[in-house]
Amino acid sequence: MTAFEKIVEKYPKEKRYTLAIMQDIQKEYKYIPKEHLSMLSEYLEVPMSKLYGMATFYKALSLTPKGEHIITVCDGTACHVRSSAVLMDELQKALKIKPGETTKDGKFTFQTVNCLGSCAIAPVMMVNEKYYGKVTPNVLRDIIKEYGGDSIE
Amino acid sequence: MSDASEKIVYVCCGTGCLANNSIDVYEGIKNKIEELNLNAEVLTEVKPTGCNGLCEKGPVVKIQPDDISYFKVKASDAEEIVTKTIKDGAVIDRLLYFDTNLKRKVKSHRDSEFFRRQHKIALRNIGEINPAVIEDYIERDGFKALEKVLSEMDGSGVINEVVKSGLRGRGGAGFPTGKKWKQCASYDVSPKFVVCNGDEGDPGAFMDRSIMEGDPGSVIEGMTICAYAVGSRNGFIYIRDEYSLAIKNMRKAINGAREKGFLGKNILGSGFDFDIQIVRGGGAFVCGESTALMQSIEGKVGEPRAKYIHSVEKGLWGNPTVLNNVETWANIPVIIQEGGDWYSSMGTEGSKGTKVFSLVGKVKNTGLVEVPMGTPIRELIYDIGGGIIGNKKFKAVQIGGPSGGCIPEELLNLPVDYDTLSKADSMMGSGGMIVMDERTCMVDVARYYLNFLSEESCGKCVPCREGIKRMLEILTNICEGKGKEGDIDELLEISELTSEASLCSLGKSAPNPVISTIKYFRDEYEEHIRNKRCPAGICKNLTEFYIDNDVCRGCDLCRKNCPANAIDGAVKESHFINSDACIKCGNCINNCSFNAIKVK
Repeated sequence: MTAFEKIVEKYPKEKRYTLAIMQDIQKEYKYIPKEHLSMLSEYLEVPMSKLYGMATFYKALSLTPKGEHIITVCDGTACHVRSSAVLMDELQKALKIKPGETTKDGKFTFQTVNCLGSCAIAPVMMVNEKYYGKVTPNVLRDIIKEYGGDSIE
Repeated sequence: MSDASEKIVYVCCGTGCLANNSIDVYEGIKNKIEELNLNAEVLTEVKPTGCNGLCEKGPVVKIQPDDISYFKVKASDAEEIVTKTIKDGAVIDRLLYFDTNLKRKVKSHRDSEFFRRQHKIALRNIGEINPAVIEDYIERDGFKALEKVLSEMDGSGVINEVVKSGLRGRGGAGFPTGKKWKQCASYDVSPKFVVCNGDEGDPGAFMDRSIMEGDPGSVIEGMTICAYAVGSRNGFIYIRDEYSLAIKNMRKAINGAREKGFLGKNILGSGFDFDIQIVRGGGAFVCGESTALMQSIEGKVGEPRAKYIHSVEKGLWGNPTVLNNVETWANIPVIIQEGGDWYSSMGTEGSKGTKVFSLVGKVKNTGLVEVPMGTPIRELIYDIGGGIIGNKKFKAVQIGGPSGGCIPEELLNLPVDYDTLSKADSMMGSGGMIVMDERTCMVDVARYYLNFLSEESCGKCVPCREGIKRMLEILTNICEGKGKEGDIDELLEISELTSEASLCSLGKSAPNPVISTIKYFRDEYEEHIRNKRCPAGICKNLTEFYIDNDVCRGCDLCRKNCPANAIDGAVKESHFINSDACIKCGNCINNCSFNAIKVK
C-alpha cells in the first residue's frame, strides 16, 4: 500500500475529510507534494483548483517543503508587547532567512504564528513540538545551537 | 480519599508548565517514590493536571490533603519534595509562593491574593483532575448534570434553566445561550448539529485551550445536555491545529465517555443517542467566525457568509446548528446542577455569572483568572495581577483581541461586563486582557493588530480586504516616521467605512484598535506625526535612547546585555550610549533597575 493510500484509508471517502487528509499528507511529508494533490483530487472528485485554494488558505498546509526543524516564533499580542519583534530580528540575522522561508541546507524553517496560547510565559517560541517560554535573544541562540545550528555567531 | 495516610501530588502539565519542563518534575517525583518504595509507608498517587492558572510561576506542584503548593519547581527539587513533604509532611520554604500584595509567603495557593479573589466555575476542575482519565472527572460530579437531565427533565425544562441563568456566549459576541438553544429546538428539521468552537484565535487568550486540555469532560457534558434539549444526535468539536495537547486530551475524554456510556447510542439507557467528532482546524483566524468554521468542518475553504439567515436555522450542511464556544459549554453542567437562579445571582444586570480572563502582558502575575462579571478592571490588574512588572507606569489594557479596544487608566474602575466594555469602545471578546505599560507604543499596537487582521482577512469582501490594508499603510508610515498631517482623519474615515460595509464581524470590528487608540491616545499619534518621536521608544526610526548621568550607578548590566556593543562606561561610573551603533532593541531599558535609561 502506498503512503497516500494509507492516509486516505483512515477516513470515509467523503469531501468533508479533505482538510484532515491534507493535514495528514502535510505531516507525512512536511508539505503537500503536487502528485498527492492530483491523486487526492481524483480520489475525492474535487477539482484541483479547490484543493489548491485550500492549500494556500490554511496556514497548516504548505506547497513547498519545510525544513528538518520548524522554528515558530509567536507574535501574539502578549508576545508582541514583550518584544517578540526583537526575537524575530535576531532569528533573521542568525539564520539569514525571512519568516516563511527555509534555510538552504534544509535544516530550519522559520515561521511566525499569531498566538500559541501560552501568553502567560511570553515571549514564546516553538521548535517542532517543544515550547520555550520567556525567550531572550541570548536564550534564542542557545536553543538554535541545541538543534545543530552551528553557524550561528 | 478513603485512607488518611493517602496523599495525592498534583503536577501541573499545562502547556505553560510543560515549557518549563514540568514533565521532568512529574517523572522525577514518580521515580523517587518508587525508588524509596514510599507507597509501603504513605500511599501516594501522582497526577498530571491541566493548567492551574498562574503560569508565570510554573511548574506548580500541589500536595493534598496537606494543602501545600509549590511554585517554580525544578526536577532537582523532586527528591526533597518526596522525602521531606510527602514522607514527613514538612514544608519546603523556598518553594512556597511569595505573595507580593500580602508581602509574605503562603503555604497553600488558596491563601494568595491571586487565587483567593477568584470564583471558579468554568475552571472548577482544572488543576484538580488528571484530564486524561475520565474517572477523575466523574469523581468530581462529572456527568451528574447529564444524569439529572436524562432522568428528570425534558428538553424545554433544560432550555428554561439555561435561559434563566442569563448565560451569554463566552466566545465574543455575547449572544444569550438559552435563546439560541430555544430557537434551534423550535425547528422541526432533522438532523440538527451541536458544535463547539475551540478555534481560539484571539492572540492573548488561552482559556479555551486550558479548558480543553485540563477539563475536556465538562465540554462533552455541556454539549450532550444541549443535544438532548434541542434534539441533535451529532456533535463536532473544532480545535485549533496548534493545540495538540488539547486535541489529545479531548480525544481521550471522548473515548472515555463513550466507554462509560455517556456518549454513543442509548446514553445511560435513556434511548437518547449522541456522539462527538473532533475536527482539527487548519490555522486560519477567520475560522473562529461561526459560518467560516462550519465551512471548514464541511471540508471547504473557511470563508464566512452573510448572516441573513442565522446558522441556528441553517448552519452546518444547511441544517439547524447550535454553536457555542468552549468556555460556554464548560458552564452548562454547573448551571443544570445548581440551577439557573443560582448562576444569575452572580454578575451584573446584563452579564451574569463569571468570566475567565487571560491576564497577560506587562503584569506581574500572568495567567488565567475567573471572576464574577462586574469585577473592576483595577482589581484584576492590581489585586489579582499584582500590578505592573518593574513598577513601571500603567498605560492601557487591551481587552477583546483584535476586535477589541484599549482601556486607559482613567477607566480602570470600570466594572467589567459585556455592556460597559462596549460603551468604552472595547469589547469582551474571548476575554484576553493584555496589560500595557509606558514602554508600549499605542500606534505600534494599532499597527500590530491591523497587520494581524490584514493577514487573516479572507479577502472575500472588498471593504475588509482593502480597508484594512489602507489603514495598515498609514499606520506603518506613522511608525516609520513618514506620517503627515491629516493621517488621523483619514484613518477615522476608512474606519467608519470598513465597519459599516464589511460582511462579517472580522471586518466590522477591524477598525476598533485604531478607533480606541486614537480616542484615548491621540497625543501619541500626534507626537509621532509632528515631532517624529515615539515616546515609548518602540518605533525604531523615531527613537533615541540616552543614559541619565544623574541616575546611572554604573552597575554595568546594560553594557553586558547590549547585543550591539553600543554602550560604554566603567563599573560604578555613569555609562553612555553610542547612538550610531545602537540598534534600538530596548534591551538596556528593560534591564535597568534604576530607570536611568530614557527616551529622548
